[in-house]
Amino acid sequence: MNIIKFLDEFTSENLSNKGSSRRDALSTFSSLGKKAALAAVPFGMATVTNKAKAATMFQSTEAVGALQLALTLEYLEASFYLQALNSNVLDEDGTGKANAIYEQISLHESAHVTLLQDTLVSLGETPVDEPTFDFTAGGSFDPFNENGTGQATAYAQLLALAQAFEDTGVRAYKGQAGALMGNDVLLTAALQIHSVEARHASEIRRLRGLQGWITGNERGAGMPADTQAVYNGEENIIQGGVDVTTLGSGSPFTFDSSTEAYDETITADEATTIASLFIVS
Amino acid sequence: MKNKKIKVESINNNRRRFLKMSGIALAGSGILLACSNDDDFTPIDPAPDPDPNTFDLGGGDLGVLNYAYALEQLEAEFYTRVVNGSYWNGAASEEKQILQDLYNHEVNHREFFKAALNANFDADLVLPESLEFNFESVDFSNRNSVLETAQLLEDTGVKAYNGAGKIIETAAYLVIAGKIVSVEARHAAAIRSIRGNDMGDFKLFAGDDAVDPNTGLDGAEDPSVIIDAAGGFIVTPFTANQLP
Repeated sequence: MNIIKFLDEFTSENLSNKGSSRRDALSTFSSLGKKAALAAVPFGMATVTNKAKAATMFQSTEAVGALQLALTLEYLEASFYLQALNSNVLDEDGTGKANAIYEQISLHESAHVTLLQDTLVSLGETPVDEPTFDFTAGGSFDPFNENGTGQATAYAQLLALAQAFEDTGVRAYKGQAGALMGNDVLLTAALQIHSVEARHASEIRRLRGLQGWITGNERGAGMPADTQAVYNGEENIIQGGVDVTTLGSGSPFTFDSSTEAYDETITADEATTIASLFIVS
Repeated sequence: MKNKKIKVESINNNRRRFLKMSGIALAGSGILLACSNDDDFTPIDPAPDPDPNTFDLGGGDLGVLNYAYALEQLEAEFYTRVVNGSYWNGAASEEKQILQDLYNHEVNHREFFKAALNANFDADLVLPESLEFNFESVDFSNRNSVLETAQLLEDTGVKAYNGAGKIIETAAYLVIAGKIVSVEARHAAAIRSIRGNDMGDFKLFAGDDAVDPNTGLDGAEDPSVIIDAAGGFIVTPFTANQLP
């Protein structure tokens, strides 16, 4: 299955799915996710037919590719949080806390977009264009309550998507760090963004009633099954060739603690597959 | 006991696997094996004496690993005292769980660096495993004192790893530092989140005091700055003459 066929199917599945219950929507998202993963494996980034990925493909250096991928993910996050703030969905939390958290995260994600664009320009590169996003993932979701899903469901989806994006961002930046080795300024800036994404992830998770850190490969209560791709591999206990559960005894060396204590990487392809669910063109 | 047996077996295994992480490691480990038992550490005199025997963290990967080991020892010791303190004992369940988790993670990190260093470098080059710390400024029976210190240590950890990334020479170590720093940042945000709730500041988890609101960047500091800042907690003297 190539990516175009996949996207076509994605669209037609949406149409038949209008007005479905949240549970149905989530399970549709789940099956789409599996197809997305399958479509991505044999073809990788080169087949993703959006402008961002196409441009990335033609960059000459690993470092620039890493920055373009980062910019694409930041576009996604920045757009998501702006739309979230422009909807009334966050009012579902009557305390104002959710709104304040989204405001602060939005501020950072928009700043990251500008910073990465400026950095690419300073390197003599053309920043990728912002893709067109669809945060309904073709109708599977209604995080901004634009299609009548209701505030409560929209709010739950708005939080779940934020968690998936932030936890993905943490893993994606980490996965690109090696590509920036040798350029101290770029590497340090990427690390400085990376830890901010981790702060965001922690807070969104806590807002959803989870711990700020990831246990095993658990996506956590209330997360759509498809977001499992964000968490697969987090169950790793081998660090630097060593099983860290064997380094001592007691609570710090249980499987849970040993997986929570280390966040894992994802590859550019894996990050792209996740982001592609929300990219129209 | 089953666990013990696995642990014993895995030490040799661990050493061998660690060797793959860098070329330098081979040389270091060879010396380690050749030297066999003369790696018992003699405690450093805590007097603030510019003794030529004062331990220096070293440079490059070794320096960064020793530096990280020092910071993780500091954090692990802090949380060890927290979970043995009266505030934690009577704390609300959410805070109790968070601080227990932080204790677990930091002790795991500490033991990871100890194992990584000992597998890759001659024992003489590895920071001693029982640095002495001074937490007189912390009241472990007081919630605010504990949470404030936790926030300081976690934020410092984030800045330290972010600043040390550029010194790392081996990609595998950079990735591991990345795996740890994001967990430190998750910790920092959680502690800040608790304190922010108290203050009615729902943005404190990534407050403007930690993340530059104009660039969206977290802090990054050189080891010299961090060691200076953490100096109040560290009793055992060491130097970082080969690190920026």
